[in-house]
Amino acid sequence: MTAEATHDRTANGAPLLEVSGLVVHHGQLRALDAISLQVFPGEVYAIIGANGAGKSTLLRTIAGLHQPTAGSIRFDGQEVTRLRPWRRVTQGIVMVPEGRRLFGSLTVEENLLVGASYARPGPWTLDRVYEAFSWMRERRNQPTAQLSGGEQQTVAIGRALVANPRVLLLDELSLGLAPVVVQRIYGMLPQVLATGLTVLLVEQDVSQALRVASHIHCLLEGQTTLEGRPDEVTADQVEAAYFGLASSPAASPAAEGSESLWPG
Amino acid sequence: MAWVNAIIQGVLTGGLYALFACGLSLMFGVMKVVNLAHGDLAVVAGYIAIGIITVTHVPVLWSVVIVVPVMAVLGYALQRTLIQSALDRSVLITLIVTFGLSVVIENGLLQFFTANSRAIGTGLSLVSGSFTIGSQIQIGYLLVVIFAVAVVVLLGLQYFLSRSRYGRLIRAVADDQEAAQLAGADYRHVFGIAAALAFGTVGLAGIAYGMYSQLSPTTGTDTILLFAFAAVVIGGLGSLWGTLLGGVVLGVAQQIGAQINISDEVLAGYLVFLAVLVLRPQGLIYRRTQS
Amino acid sequence: MSLATDITTTPAAGFRVARSRRNVAWTGAAALIVVVVLAFFPYIVYAGTTTILVQAFIVLTMASMWNLLAGYAGLVSVGQQAFVGLGAYFVLILAINGASPFAALPVAAIGCGVVALPLWWLVSRLRSGYFAIATWVLAATIMLIIERFSSIGGGTGMPLPGFTGMDPTLLTAYTYWAGLAVTVLTLVVIYLLLRSRLGLVLTAIRDDEVAARSSGARVGLARMLVFLVAGAGCGAAGALLAISQLQVQPSAVFSVQWTAEMAFATIIGGLGTIEGPIIGTAVYMVLQQTLSSYNAWYLIILGLVAIGVALFARRGLWGLVDEHLNVRLFPVGYWLRLDTDRPAGRAGRARLARASKLTTPPADQSPKQ
Repeated sequence: MTAEATHDRTANGAPLLEVSGLVVHHGQLRALDAISLQVFPGEVYAIIGANGAGKSTLLRTIAGLHQPTAGSIRFDGQEVTRLRPWRRVTQGIVMVPEGRRLFGSLTVEENLLVGASYARPGPWTLDRVYEAFSWMRERRNQPTAQLSGGEQQTVAIGRALVANPRVLLLDELSLGLAPVVVQRIYGMLPQVLATGLTVLLVEQDVSQALRVASHIHCLLEGQTTLEGRPDEVTADQVEAAYFGLASSPAASPAAEGSESLWPG
Repeated sequence: MAWVNAIIQGVLTGGLYALFACGLSLMFGVMKVVNLAHGDLAVVAGYIAIGIITVTHVPVLWSVVIVVPVMAVLGYALQRTLIQSALDRSVLITLIVTFGLSVVIENGLLQFFTANSRAIGTGLSLVSGSFTIGSQIQIGYLLVVIFAVAVVVLLGLQYFLSRSRYGRLIRAVADDQEAAQLAGADYRHVFGIAAALAFGTVGLAGIAYGMYSQLSPTTGTDTILLFAFAAVVIGGLGSLWGTLLGGVVLGVAQQIGAQINISDEVLAGYLVFLAVLVLRPQGLIYRRTQS
Repeated sequence: MSLATDITTTPAAGFRVARSRRNVAWTGAAALIVVVVLAFFPYIVYAGTTTILVQAFIVLTMASMWNLLAGYAGLVSVGQQAFVGLGAYFVLILAINGASPFAALPVAAIGCGVVALPLWWLVSRLRSGYFAIATWVLAATIMLIIERFSSIGGGTGMPLPGFTGMDPTLLTAYTYWAGLAVTVLTLVVIYLLLRSRLGLVLTAIRDDEVAARSSGARVGLARMLVFLVAGAGCGAAGALLAISQLQVQPSAVFSVQWTAEMAFATIIGGLGTIEGPIIGTAVYMVLQQTLSSYNAWYLIILGLVAIGVALFARRGLWGLVDEHLNVRLFPVGYWLRLDTDRPAGRAGRARLARASKLTTPPADQSPKQ
């Protein structure tokens, strides 16, 4: 079963994003402890875990806002570990930060324009974004403070899209939004994927993550506790991984060379 | 009638003060840097202009064409090196570094140019010329020109900030530096552009003051810095036109003070400044930006 | 495996917190000897030397105050010259009314401390950049107000009365002793202050203001007290200035140059350490004496060195010494002593050393972008 999963993932080629042995500290605190993961082209890779598990830290380190103490990040085969955040954007790694973080004194359109300032060539233009989110065109000259939470989140995503990323990092999209709104926002993921993007997201809402992800990765206190396809993990396993409880016995002993659900 | 004259004088002086202030406002609004060397840099620009005019005998306006770009380049360089290093460390260090810069510049000027004041002669009828309205109101040409220049500069800055790509980037970085980085902006470069703009206006301000009054090594801190800051605070940070309003209020306050007691001109301005600082520190035009 | 892996944990053994006592006795004795020797100077050395030392005392007092403000309370004041000037004018006014300027000195210090209270009310809510400029404006305003009164010299100033007929040698000696007394008192007060509860709050603010606030420390109160003390201290320095110059001129006593000198001396010596201002003042005096014939040069060099130190050697000259020798002349920190007699080998001693380093200002951890 797991061997099959691995085979499926590499069907699209080598991993687009490869994190190896990442160790990140916040001062003296070790926030991430030798994390490794691979994101393949076209995937929706979800990182789940409780508060403080290190999810956002992981994403922010991939985006370049934190420097790891050890480990490496490779993007499309290139070492990007030491690249500054803005350089990663031109490489194709673009993040939608936690809490939207729109530019408050700029209008909707100006926010998009800033996002497009250092854009790579690609299908996503302002027009394309306005097509994808029809309400935006009419209100593009409004200051962003007047938008609702869900609308702001959409603008933030649009701002990242117009840079034409190859991998889109989404940090806690659901934060502060009503479930209905969250579902609608996640509902546009297929459009995004259709243009050839890969998505790496962090999500606190586990059921939402399980619904959209093609691969999940659970963190607990800076360590990996579970990894695999949503249809291959049971609710019990997820719960145990999320909370760090003693688990139910593993499905099968790990076969040599195959990817175990419980990486040691 | 003397009062009307005084108020008009004060309003026009506000233009000069706005010119002092917009660079300070830009640097503080974007980088959160209070450049304590701001006034001294204006004086340096003025001295450079005097030097150019003395050596080459070009008309004053030519010195502007040379000095402003030179100052802009200086601003970019200083920001990318000295000020950015200080910013990376702490606000405290930044204040100390700009203060140190101010002292070094002032004493450097003192050392090489003595304490004598100099003025930028225009050679035109601009300085001494004036026109009269009615029978008793006299308005100097120079001050009107300076006021007009200030308005043009403010309009230009506003246009640049609202319409151009770098203007947007500057506003974005000022709003949220980290989010701007995530959008691909090298914030240090954007800071540099903002500093270049600020220093450019500082150069203009120094030349304007050199024409209107006199420049000496201590003019930077005695006059320019504190007046600039007063204009920014009174008008309200975050609003370019606020600096004009602040400058005007400062100028009028000073002139009213002078009418009451000739030696109380500067004091009156400071008292108004302190009053605003205590009662309404956000200034008269308060623009609330999203947190 | 928990996140706390890297933080010191000692299984089972307890620990206790102890004051630094090692050096105090030695330093105290040495300091006493130094003070006694200094006190005999007027009998031993030329008047020129004591005059220079009076200058040093003035700068040291002011530098110590600026250190308290910026190094411990996080307040960058560019307007301390307000108190220097006020201190000088307190003395002048009292001398005009018949008092002995020496008697007026303590009154000036206290008076400045009192005046600092309403001034604090004006500026306390301002953030750093605004605070700095506001203090500068306050100083300029106070100077302008004082200049309106011709009875105390107006804009040009006036000589200091109260010493007519006094033997010049005696005057120099008294001035010197007054300066020595002010300086010793200043250092003692600061030392006691920093060893007290207030000092603990201040050190917390110095290291991490947000953490200090959230742990409940009375940051606002601590800051206010520091501002008042600094006002009094600078006032005393200003009074000394008036006495040593025998005249009071507004542009001289209210000059922002005083703030420049006290700030640079502190930074070069070491911001946030008690020893710093002492070293910084020494550097300042050396520079000033060797370059005195070159007018403004010493300030230029002082400024450049201060900028360099602020950027590259944050803790100043004393910080460099401290890091390499681990010496404290005026220890105000605490030791974390493990109860086990022999901390487990090298690792244990290393942990102990690291824990004790928590009382020193941390290496710059300002978040780099």
